Amino acid sequence: MKALRTVFMSLVMLLLYAPIFVMIVFSFNSAKSTSIFKGFSVRWYKELFLYNSSLIDALKNTLLLAVISAVIATVLGTVAAVGIAKMRKKWLKSAVMTATNIPMMNPAVVTGISMMLMFVSVGKLLSLTSSVNFFTILIAHITFSLPYVILNVMPKLKTADEHLIEAAEDLGCSPVAAFFKVVLPSIMPGIVIGFIMAFTMSLDDFVISYFTNGTFQTLPLVIYSMAKKPLKPDVYALESIMFIAILLLMIVLNIVQNRSDKSERSIRSK
Amino acid sequence: MDRSLTEASADLGCNAVGTMKRVIFPLSIPGVLSGITMVFVPCISTFYISYEFSNGMIKMIGDVIEDKFYKSSEVNYNMGATISLVLMVLILISLAIVNRFSDDGVESGGVVV
Repeated sequence: MKALRTVFMSLVMLLLYAPIFVMIVFSFNSAKSTSIFKGFSVRWYKELFLYNSSLIDALKNTLLLAVISAVIATVLGTVAAVGIAKMRKKWLKSAVMTATNIPMMNPAVVTGISMMLMFVSVGKLLSLTSSVNFFTILIAHITFSLPYVILNVMPKLKTADEHLIEAAEDLGCSPVAAFFKVVLPSIMPGIVIGFIMAFTMSLDDFVISYFTNGTFQTLPLVIYSMAKKPLKPDVYALESIMFIAILLLMIVLNIVQNRSDKSERSIRSK
Repeated sequence: MDRSLTEASADLGCNAVGTMKRVIFPLSIPGVLSGITMVFVPCISTFYISYEFSNGMIKMIGDVIEDKFYKSSEVNYNMGATISLVLMVLILISLAIVNRFSDDGVESGGVVV
């Protein structure tokens, strides 16, 4: 039984990580081949940073878009979650939650297409020359990452102690001050995780960006257009760097989550 | 999940397989369902990857929709919008069915990915 478990787990791990491992290995290949390993070199990393400016530009664009959209989505999502949590009518609350969840469940193709159609028709109405640009892709990214923020903040709001807010107000805080001094710190772990999820969703998205980008090139779009020809190994180099970065981010995320769970448990046990 | 449930089932004479079948699996149904949803939805909406990996043999609905917007010989925005709407309605119906079987309501939230 135990041997079976080990075999199964290693099979799953192999399937998940073998492709990434192969990519990382070949990003250090001194030759261009993806079948023969000719020797270790950082040639492709050098080429990536020195010569392949389209990839680096796209990476900058992607990060810029991810940061801006995640910040806006986090602010909007937190405000929305606080509002939803305060709703008194149960049916209204669940109706609003369903409405927030639908964009998340909606297939990305449909979201992308519908946004593109809307941007194009609004652009036509306003007779703009280009109807899709940086702002449309930004709106699109904020829209699809909003539900993730709301879903991560809501449970924290539910476990937040109402009496603490009352106590803060008794002690002379205005409702706004009570929010910033009491509610916000207690839901901070949810906000952080929501932000990181919004960030990674934006970083990762191809389908919706594909339909709403205009001339703004993000990394997935550039790699897509490059993948029609055989890829140069400097793409592997970039992707290896990104994989390591995401790996580190996930480790940090796990530590944050563990800590917040632990502190919650210790507060409950007191 | 409550550990004592598996202990209780062992006390009442279930072996490991029986405990799995009668206790652990039924209790993890909501998780299994959200797992199914989380795989099902992205699968429906992918395009290009399956098309390219199959050397153009397998065309998914996403590829069809994309062609209606970007392939010059097939451009037809209205048809593309229609297919998208049909796809969306189908997904929402299937999600509604899945949600009926999970007692985990929309409100409970949590990390979805």
